[in-house]
Amino acid sequence: MGEPILQISSMTKSFGGLKVLEGVSFDLKPGERFGLIGPNGAGKTTVFNLLSGVYTVDDGSVFLAGQDITNLSIRARIGLGLSRSFQNIRLMPHLSVLENVMMGQHCKTNQIVEMIKPISWMKNNKWRQHALETIKNAGLEVDPDSTVSELPYGVRKKIEVVRALMSNPSVLMLDEPAAGLNSNETAELADFLHGISDSNVTLLLVEHDMNFIHALCEKVAVLNFGSKIFEGTPQEVNRDKAVLEAYLGTSAMEMPGAT
Amino acid sequence: MGGYLEGIIAILCINLIFAYGVFLTAASGQLNLGGAGFQALGAYVAGVCSTSLEVPIFISVLAGMLGAGLIGFLISFPVLRTRGVYMVLATFAFALVVSGIILNTDFLGGATGMVVSAYTPVETLIAVTIITIFSMFWLMASRIGLAMRAVHDDDTVSEIMGVNVRGVQVFAFTLGGALAGLSGALYAHHYSFIEAQYFNALLSIFVLLFVLIGGTQTAWGPLIGASFFTLVPELLRLGETEWRYVIFGTLIVIMMIYRPEGIVTRELVHRTITLFGRKPER
Repeated sequence: MGEPILQISSMTKSFGGLKVLEGVSFDLKPGERFGLIGPNGAGKTTVFNLLSGVYTVDDGSVFLAGQDITNLSIRARIGLGLSRSFQNIRLMPHLSVLENVMMGQHCKTNQIVEMIKPISWMKNNKWRQHALETIKNAGLEVDPDSTVSELPYGVRKKIEVVRALMSNPSVLMLDEPAAGLNSNETAELADFLHGISDSNVTLLLVEHDMNFIHALCEKVAVLNFGSKIFEGTPQEVNRDKAVLEAYLGTSAMEMPGAT
Repeated sequence: MGGYLEGIIAILCINLIFAYGVFLTAASGQLNLGGAGFQALGAYVAGVCSTSLEVPIFISVLAGMLGAGLIGFLISFPVLRTRGVYMVLATFAFALVVSGIILNTDFLGGATGMVVSAYTPVETLIAVTIITIFSMFWLMASRIGLAMRAVHDDDTVSEIMGVNVRGVQVFAFTLGGALAGLSGALYAHHYSFIEAQYFNALLSIFVLLFVLIGGTQTAWGPLIGASFFTLVPELLRLGETEWRYVIFGTLIVIMMIYRPEGIVTRELVHRTITLFGRKPER
């Protein structure tokens, strides 16, 4: 698989006196599907916020395709191939489906000529057509001109994934993409993400649904109280004593299968 | 054209351009309660150019527009460090400072005002207004407009999407200031007289209401809002004159209850287009 596409080394973050991440390290190989799990408050979303630049890293480093992005501005990261979705859907509520998805293209279209074209009037604009095709190919059965705030939760969740894909990322970070979806929608999403992964996009997922993790991920890291307590395959994680303790408490040691 | 009708059209044109100036900042998520300050800047810069420097009207109006735009650019940096109600107060304070400077500057006529020697006919106002409206519809149809609306909705996510949020906000303040300045420059040359008292706090509040009641999501908002605020009080003159402001105020309250996001929203535009038969894209 070659050199890692994303290298996270000893990443540490505190808010005031509260240390929310301590020396977290893991690597993602190109095309890998990597799950980041852990109990609530373990620091999973903080990892995403640090990787996307919303928070600054106190200590440690992040390398994307060999380039140090630890202190890079938020907006520069998407252009280098790092894209993300959010735990609580953060689509632009007053924009249409198409406009939201087209926002995902911004890093590719921010030259002045592209910026001043009246794209809403240009039905055949290549970027507009590309966004429409991606919406269609993602299986979204919605009117692209409808306002996103009026759409069902599952649809909005998928639109957010599609928006994150529009920048052609090399690493796609999805924060609880299956949360709130029913079993059919979750299975569809897993298929969809498999398809994305097949096109050599590296996936980093935060997820609570272990069935989803098993169906999709090749590798899993577990965080607890801001520290990485496990890294391995989804099959191994179920048998790890420290992980079971973190999720279920110390009596979990007595559970069948615990080693 | 009758004098009364001409007067209404002239003030409608000035209000429309003025409203688009404040709309640009509102569309990208900032409330500018300093509209009158920018309009005053445009009016006085243009007035001085025409009266004291005796340059052609076109140059004077352009100077008024650029002067207000430049000040908009410069004050955007400190103002954008504030948020919400503090931004409203900062822009409001800016307008008061502009008014205070004019009142205390003898060269500008102080409290007695300034006579502007050149005149712009209503036809010119109409032409400039049409160009402004078209440009604003163009802008809002472009990626710049899209980025402005995205920043309005969620500046953090916009930044993650690669939008230069600060750049968009500074652009909105600068162009907004320039448009408010343009409206002031046209006002100065159409009425041939300007005084600092005209560019008061109430004017700033009114133009912000044009925009908020009209709607900040599409370029239709200021068009409808400014037209409503300019024309409805005049239409109400036809009826009970003493009660017209009570009726007008009641209409505003009703609209704020039923259209809290403004008369024209993006959703309304979409539904209207769909209603008139355009098939949604699939």
